[in-house]
Parts: sequence; C-alpha cells; structure tokens
Amino acid sequence: MNIVMMLAPMSVFLALLGLGAFWWTLRSGQYDDPRGDASRILNDDPTDRPL
Amino acid sequence: MALTYDAPGVDLSGFLRPKADGGESLELLVKGAHCAACIAKIEGEAGRLPGVLNARMNLTTGKLAVGFEGGAGDPAAVIQAVARAGYDATPFDPAQAAEAQDREGKRLAMALAVAGFGAGNAMMFSVPIMAGLFGQELGPHTRTLMQWMSAIIAVPCALYAGMPFFESAWRSLRVGKANMDVPISIGVILTIVISFIETFLGGRDSYFDAAVSLLFLLLIGRWLDHQLRAKARGAAADLLALQAPVAATLTEDGRERHMPLSEVLVGDLLIVRPGERVPVDGVVEAGISALDNALLTGETAPVDIAPGAHCRAGAVNLSGVLHLRATARSDDSALAAIARLVEAGAQSKSRYVRLADKAAAIYVPTVHTLAAATFVGGWALGLGPREALLRAVVVLIITCPCALGLAVPAVQITASGRLFRKGVLVKSGAALERLSEVDHVIFDKTGVLTEGKPRLMDASPAVVAMAAPLARASAHPLARSLAAEAGPGPVATDVIETAGQGVEGFIDGRLARLGRAAFVGAEGAAARETELWFGFEGDAKVRLEFSDRLRPDAARTVAALRKRGLTVEILSGDAAGAVERAAREAGIDAWRAGLDPAGKAAAVEAAATEGRKVLMVGDGLNDAAALAKAHAAMAPGTALEASQNAADLIFSGEELGAVVDAVDVARAARGRALENFGFAALYNAVAGPAAVFGLVNPFVAALAMSGSSIVVTLNALRMSTAGGRR
Repeated sequence: MNIVMMLAPMSVFLALLGLGAFWWTLRSGQYDDPRGDASRILNDDPTDRPL
Repeated sequence: MALTYDAPGVDLSGFLRPKADGGESLELLVKGAHCAACIAKIEGEAGRLPGVLNARMNLTTGKLAVGFEGGAGDPAAVIQAVARAGYDATPFDPAQAAEAQDREGKRLAMALAVAGFGAGNAMMFSVPIMAGLFGQELGPHTRTLMQWMSAIIAVPCALYAGMPFFESAWRSLRVGKANMDVPISIGVILTIVISFIETFLGGRDSYFDAAVSLLFLLLIGRWLDHQLRAKARGAAADLLALQAPVAATLTEDGRERHMPLSEVLVGDLLIVRPGERVPVDGVVEAGISALDNALLTGETAPVDIAPGAHCRAGAVNLSGVLHLRATARSDDSALAAIARLVEAGAQSKSRYVRLADKAAAIYVPTVHTLAAATFVGGWALGLGPREALLRAVVVLIITCPCALGLAVPAVQITASGRLFRKGVLVKSGAALERLSEVDHVIFDKTGVLTEGKPRLMDASPAVVAMAAPLARASAHPLARSLAAEAGPGPVATDVIETAGQGVEGFIDGRLARLGRAAFVGAEGAAARETELWFGFEGDAKVRLEFSDRLRPDAARTVAALRKRGLTVEILSGDAAGAVERAAREAGIDAWRAGLDPAGKAAAVEAAATEGRKVLMVGDGLNDAAALAKAHAAMAPGTALEASQNAADLIFSGEELGAVVDAVDVARAARGRALENFGFAALYNAVAGPAAVFGLVNPFVAALAMSGSSIVVTLNALRMSTAGGRR
C-alpha cells in the first residue's frame, strides 16, 4: 500500500509537468504556424527569431 | 485588380501599427510562399532593410509580420524587398489584423488539455475502484481513499475546463433563455456535488471521472467548431484584403499616400488609376474615363464620366486616370443603404434553427423529466432519498449530450475541409445545413454565370492581327481583351492615347486609330459601349464587337443542378437581350432582367413565401440584399465586400461547378449528421432506462460515454472520402 501512496502522487506530478509543458507551448505561440515550422528546419540560417 | 506599390515615393504609413515598446509593426499578405526557401528569401530580404528589427513569415496564414524601430517604418520598402524576392505582398488593414489574434481558440485548447489531463488521471484512481466492482480485493477504506484522490484531481479540472460552458449557460440564463450549456452545466455540477456526498458518506459509486470525461468530449466538439469558424474568418479576411486594400490619396504638396479604406475622410482627394476600383463615393475633379458598374448594377455596358460626375464605391475605372473628391466615408458610402437591406436579411437568417438545437429541444426536456421521475419514483418506491438521487444524477450524466455535441461539429468540419480543398470557403456550420435544404437556385448573370469580362466576338483573324499592334499599346480593357486574343506581337509606334476616346499610332508607317466610332471616323454608326472601331487613315473602318462570355461550365452546372432535383432561374440587372442570350446558352428557361437591388430581394422573398428554399448565387452589390434574404447564399471570390459578407459560402476559382460540389457535400453532411443523431438517440434509449433501473455503475458509465462518442466521430470522418463525386 505504501508504494501506491508514493507512485500515485508521482504519476500525477508527471502528468502535471506535461500539462505545464503544453501550456508553455500554447503561450509561446508554437501552434501559430505549423507549416512554417515544418519547413524552417530545412534552413541552415537560424531565421526563426520569434517576434 | 492587383495594385502596384513599387512606384517610388508612395507613402503607406497608414498601415503601420504602433507597438507597446515604441516601435511599429506591419502585416503583409504574401502570395505564393510555400517552402523553406521562400521563408529564407522573404525574411532575408525584409530583414536586411534599415530600421527593420525582425521579419517573420507565417506559412500557415500566409502573412509576413515585420517589426520596425520607432519612426523608421517604411512599408513600401518592405513590399519592394518582398517583390525583389519574387513574391506579391499586400498590406493588411490593421483593424482586421487585430481580430486575427485567436484568444478564444487558445483558451479552448487549454481547457481541452486540462480536461484531458483530469480525465486521464481521475481514471487512474477509478480503475482500482472499478476492479473492486468485479470482486477484486478492495477494502472500503482503500476505495474511499481512491475516491478522494480522484476528487482532488477531477474537481479543479472540471471547474476550469467547464468555464466555457458555465459562462455561456449563465449568459443565456440572464436573458431568460436556456441553451444547450444549461443542462450540461447542471449535469456536471450536480454530478460533482453528489459524488462528494457519496465519498464523504463512504458510498460505493462516485462519478468524478465521468464528469471530466464528459467535459473533455464536449470540448472536442467545441474546439472543432471554433477551428472551422476561425479558419473561414481568416480566409475571408484575406480575400477582401487582396481585393480593395487601399485608397491612394493626394496630399496638398502633390505626394501620393496610400491608406486603409477606413481612414479616408470626406473631402480627401483620391487618385483612381485605370483598372482600379473606386474606393469611396466621390465627385470627379479631373480626368475623363469610363466606369464599369457591373458589380453595382449588373449592367455590362460601361458608363462615361467627366469632371463633376458622381461615381460610386465599387465601380471599376476603365480607361483614364481620375482625381476624385471623396463625398462619403467608406462606412457610409452608397454601400450603406445596401448594408441596411443586408442586415434585415441577416436577421431572418439568424432565426434559422440549427439541427443540433432542434435535437436539443427534444433532448433537454426528455432527459430532465426522466431524471426527475427517477428521483421521485425511486423514493416513492422505497429506494431511500440518497440512492434515488444518485440514480437521477446517473441518468443525467450517462445520457450526456456528448454524442449530440460532437455529432454535428465533427461532420461539419470534415465537410468544410473537403470543400476547402475544392476552393469553396464555408463561413459557418449553419450555412452548410441551410444549403442542404435548398430546392431552387437563383443565379445572377454578370460575373456569376458569365466571366464578367468583355471578350471579342466572332471577328476575322485578319482584322484582329491588323488592330493588335495598337491594342497592345492601350490600357483600355476592351483593347486588352483584343490584345489577349491576338497574342504577342509588334507594338505600334508614336502612340497617343486620348482618355475615353481611343488610341492612335503608326503601324508599319501608316497612321491608324482604334477606339470609339466618332474617334476613328466611322460615319453613321451608333456609338455603343461594347465595341471598338479600327481603321487606317483613309481606309474603311471595321467594327469589333465585345461581349461577356458564359463561364465554360455554366451549362454543365445548370444540368447537374437539375439532375439533383433543383430548379434554376436567372435574376439580372442587365438588359433583357443580354440576359435572354445567356439564359438560352446556359439552358435556363426562367429569367428576369432589369431588376434593381430591391427587386431582386423581393423576388427572392416571393419565392420564399411560396415555400421554396432558395440558394442565391451572386457577386454584385445589387445582389447583396438578395444574398442576405435567401435561405443560403454563395458568392465568387471576386465579389464585392458587401456581397461576400452577405454570402454563406465563397468559391474561388473559375469553375461554377463549385456550386454543385457545395450542394453535394452539404447534402452528404446532413445525411451523416442525421445518422449520428439516430445513433445518439438509440444509445440514449438503451442507457437511459438502464440508469433508471440502477444497472449503471461508474465502469459502465465511462465505457458507454466514450464508446458512443468514438462511434459518432468515426461516422463523421467517413465524410472526408465517401459520396458526392461528380
């Protein structure tokens, strides 16, 4: 039983990390231009300074 | 109608938007960018300009965002830089760009993520509880512990993810109405409260995970619906930005300044070049030209104007450069009267009840009565209030409207995605529903059934070849059309163009004239607007007649519509002869000519009172009121702003067949949506009674809810491939 008391909060914490990461990607505009981002990776020059 | 911005000295600073840090930003619509190299070229050229802090090309929306240092912004330089890279750029009106920031979409996405997180993790604690239901070892204390854990995760998530529903329910209750979000909110809140009580009392069943899963599934539907509308809005704004982006004004020191239409004031002096559209109503100060009013009145014949004449916004300047004194702002140009008619029509449209709302009108009272009856009946039959209330809440949650909430948006987003690939833009889901019910199609003639451009009619190739060198030297649309017919070749020398009259010049050393009958010297000929005369000095004069040609697939489209059981009619503002000819060629028996805007709207209304569901296809300002009055409306991408706003669907491209595609897809979408409703009804017919008789536990609830939603979504996805091929 003790192991459950440890594992359960841990898994919730990990899921929260994932949620936080999604929040960050949403806030920093990473879904604004999916097509452009897919193409940018082919460019050698780092032209992806965010506005 | 592409304007040229590369003339040096043009001032476009009206398009700059001030930023918080003192700098300025500019948005440009860039056409033709589609690859990594395009991004590098465009951003490289724009970023090298002095004063530019950063430039970022968004491939998804096709917009280039440029940030300037304060006071250093020069939009014209950026447009020239993009042109050097090989792309056309058009400034985007800042008023429209501000709307493009999609806050609502981000909020829904975050709510969806939170609901997904909550549903998944609450389920993690529900699994041991469910296992306990099937005789696995689970003591009551462990079960209560699991329920509390489930509550700690699910409740905050449900409160956050449920906010869009709670807010909408509250807004609707405050005005004394109940929309679909009211039962959803009641169901979720009741479920959480009852589950708390059960957990507190050490009961067996709690439904925290069900409440969050319900929100998760409903949010998917909401988000899909929002994406559809946001995409359509953005695409519609782009179309309009390409069409009439700017007005060119002359400042007192004679400099030319381009500004967004909304900033033109009464009394401003405007320049309208040949081929451009008159931006606002005005009086001609200088210049002679002819105006094409086809989009305003449906007439194909150009109208001559001279200083002192009034011209209306939306007319196309055909031959000479005009200086106009603005007599109205863009908002209250001659468009305003039409806009009022459009508004009246739009109100009748908003009374349309959507399929989902019709279903909700049956669903909500049924389910709530059932839940209330379960509580009262259960208590009366000796269940005890706690058990009776629990069963009532289970009825509410398991007959959840997730299938309802997903059934229609999922179908509509796949349907409009399919139409989008065919070049048809759907403005809203309701538009598709209305289109599927249509049984009568009314076409405007000019620019819809026809190409809306003058084309040379049966002239001998020898004459065309003779006149072509002069035609190539002229900017007049009829001459352009003649030049296009003749193809590339020599150009006349020493050409002098007299605005509103014609051109004269030397072809192989002989003086020749091309233009109006009087200018060329043809005697005894009645001056007509859709013809040119040509002749060498002293020779006989030849007449070249032009006419507006039918779109190549017009007759085929009309036949295809007939085959689908629709009747077809033409309502036109043009003269009877031209309309009759077009009707005959397109194979349409019913036509009316010489109608004004109110006449067209009245005709559409008369058809509606006969009980017909009318699809209006029109492009001009004279169609706008009829478009708004019709049951469903389509406009080509070349239509005026007012008409595009009044239309439900916009088709780009040359083919009229888009109308048939749209009708097919709309009908298929309606079929899918009805199938989905049928399935949802069947599901509820089984799940409802099961809940009433206490056969449902949290495990069954979780399985049934997600199962029904998956079936509905899969059925909707069949839309993207099946049916509707011509």
